[in-house]
Amino acid sequence: MEKRAIFSSKTLPYLLLLPQLAITFIFFYWPASQAIWQSFLLEDAFGLSSEFVGFENYRTLFEQPEYYRAMVTTAVFSTAVAILSLSCALLLASQADKQLRFGQGYKTLLIWPYAVAPAIAGVLWIFMFHPTLGMVSRPIKTMGIDWNPMLNANHAMILLVFAATWKQISYNFLFFLAGLQAIPKSVIEAAAIDGAGPLRRFWTIVFPLLSPTTFFLIVVTVVYVFFETFGTIDAVTGGGPAGQTTTLVYKVYSDGRLGGDLGSSAAQSVILMLIVIGLTAIQFRYVERKVQY
Amino acid sequence: MVENRPYAKFLAYLVLTIGVIIVAFPVYLAVIASTNDSATISNGNMSLLPGDQAGVNYYRTLFQGTARTSGEAVGSMMVNSFIMAMGIAFGKILISILSAFAVVYFNFPFRKTAFWIIFITLMLPVEVRIYPTYKIVADLGMLDTYTGLILPLIASATGTLLFRQFFMTVPDELLEASKIDGAGAFRFFKDTLIPLSITTIAALFVIQFIYGWNQYLWPLLITTKSSMQTVVIGIKKMLTTQDVLTEWQIAMTTAVLAMLPPVLVVIFMQRLFVKGLVETEK
Repeated sequence: MEKRAIFSSKTLPYLLLLPQLAITFIFFYWPASQAIWQSFLLEDAFGLSSEFVGFENYRTLFEQPEYYRAMVTTAVFSTAVAILSLSCALLLASQADKQLRFGQGYKTLLIWPYAVAPAIAGVLWIFMFHPTLGMVSRPIKTMGIDWNPMLNANHAMILLVFAATWKQISYNFLFFLAGLQAIPKSVIEAAAIDGAGPLRRFWTIVFPLLSPTTFFLIVVTVVYVFFETFGTIDAVTGGGPAGQTTTLVYKVYSDGRLGGDLGSSAAQSVILMLIVIGLTAIQFRYVERKVQY
Repeated sequence: MVENRPYAKFLAYLVLTIGVIIVAFPVYLAVIASTNDSATISNGNMSLLPGDQAGVNYYRTLFQGTARTSGEAVGSMMVNSFIMAMGIAFGKILISILSAFAVVYFNFPFRKTAFWIIFITLMLPVEVRIYPTYKIVADLGMLDTYTGLILPLIASATGTLLFRQFFMTVPDELLEASKIDGAGAFRFFKDTLIPLSITTIAALFVIQFIYGWNQYLWPLLITTKSSMQTVVIGIKKMLTTQDVLTEWQIAMTTAVLAMLPPVLVVIFMQRLFVKGLVETEK
């Protein structure tokens, strides 16, 4: 798609593009290429010299049990958040889609958590589930469960899943609602005339017609858990206890910063880049097409 | 509605009300905690009704900060967050509207290349290039500056894609008419294109303000001085998880204050927010 009427100027378009391209090169391409280059280097303990070691950093990385654990943690975390936030959002959206009084009010009351920073969401949830003073931990403890997300890795993960899901429901709700409203009413009426009840209509008509939205939201939620939950993890668990809630992104951060192992951190960055490229490709291949070039 | 079943409506109200309560409960607790004193909270005796310490807590939080940490006041952290969020929102809109204008309304060699160079940045979020970007910002002497907080985050493909998509829907006749009237590129941009794009600009602004306000990893990396901290970073430093001395009433007051600006933006500019959210994801 191109414009019929355009301006002709030799220099102006370049000047207009200059700010964005300059920032893109300085802060995106240059660091990304540095990350790739660094992933093939090994620094000595004092960071004074470095030598080219080929795929050594990658090989060491894949020999670390911690790296596999981070992969598993990330997979568990994103699966749990995706399932939980999508099913809650779909349930709420399918109810909000009915002709209700205060429909708009409910919508407003459900979408605002989108605006809460992931780290703040984490703080709110740790306050509720704090082992000593948490208001929700008390009933859990009276049930005889020794609830302590600071020492027990499973409890920590459950808390992270709750905090991350809480924030993501609003986004998924909004898109499910838009998806539901786009389904032609005639299809549903036809099914009703044929005698299909509400549940049957939902599973045989509405849900299949929503599948593009669902698929899109799965990808978005996975991307969210991969990258944006960094703040949640840092506020709630700091990757602990004993590194058990360290995700792939959190490990890039902690290996480079706390461990000072920049070569390994860079190699992990490169692997993450490949994952992002994969996810983006899936998003564009199977979901909506963003570009028509 | 195909059939009218009273129980179905009742179920809808029930499910939505429970949903709203679950969504609101964590924030409600934070608001309650911000009105109680430290002892009540740490004893675990906090009730579900507001206490009487709100004035003290909000005053101390905004103007003094916690007693133990460096004592940075949350008021100044919020100023930092605000400058950062506004800078990111305005910066992103400015550079992306210019580049979209170039890509749509000019024909020049490397046009597609330029577009793809911008487009690929979608695949390079800050998290995958943390330390190299940090190093560049450090080399440029931009650690602990607003420029360092804002500049690296304003380049992204979303804005350019959004404006490009919108410009494509602007009828060609408008440009032809302006040209006949003797308007140049700058004139057309200022007098025709910008006024037409106002809603798109506002929608993008809302989304980018929230994005900027909620940034975590980047300010965490490049701010070392406590006077440059943003509020989202500041709150994390108040929670020393193993420490019984965490001043929870101040931390929760900070949480409420930190949530307030972006949440208000979503509630009062809901139409623009929804538009921005849906269109940046298209």
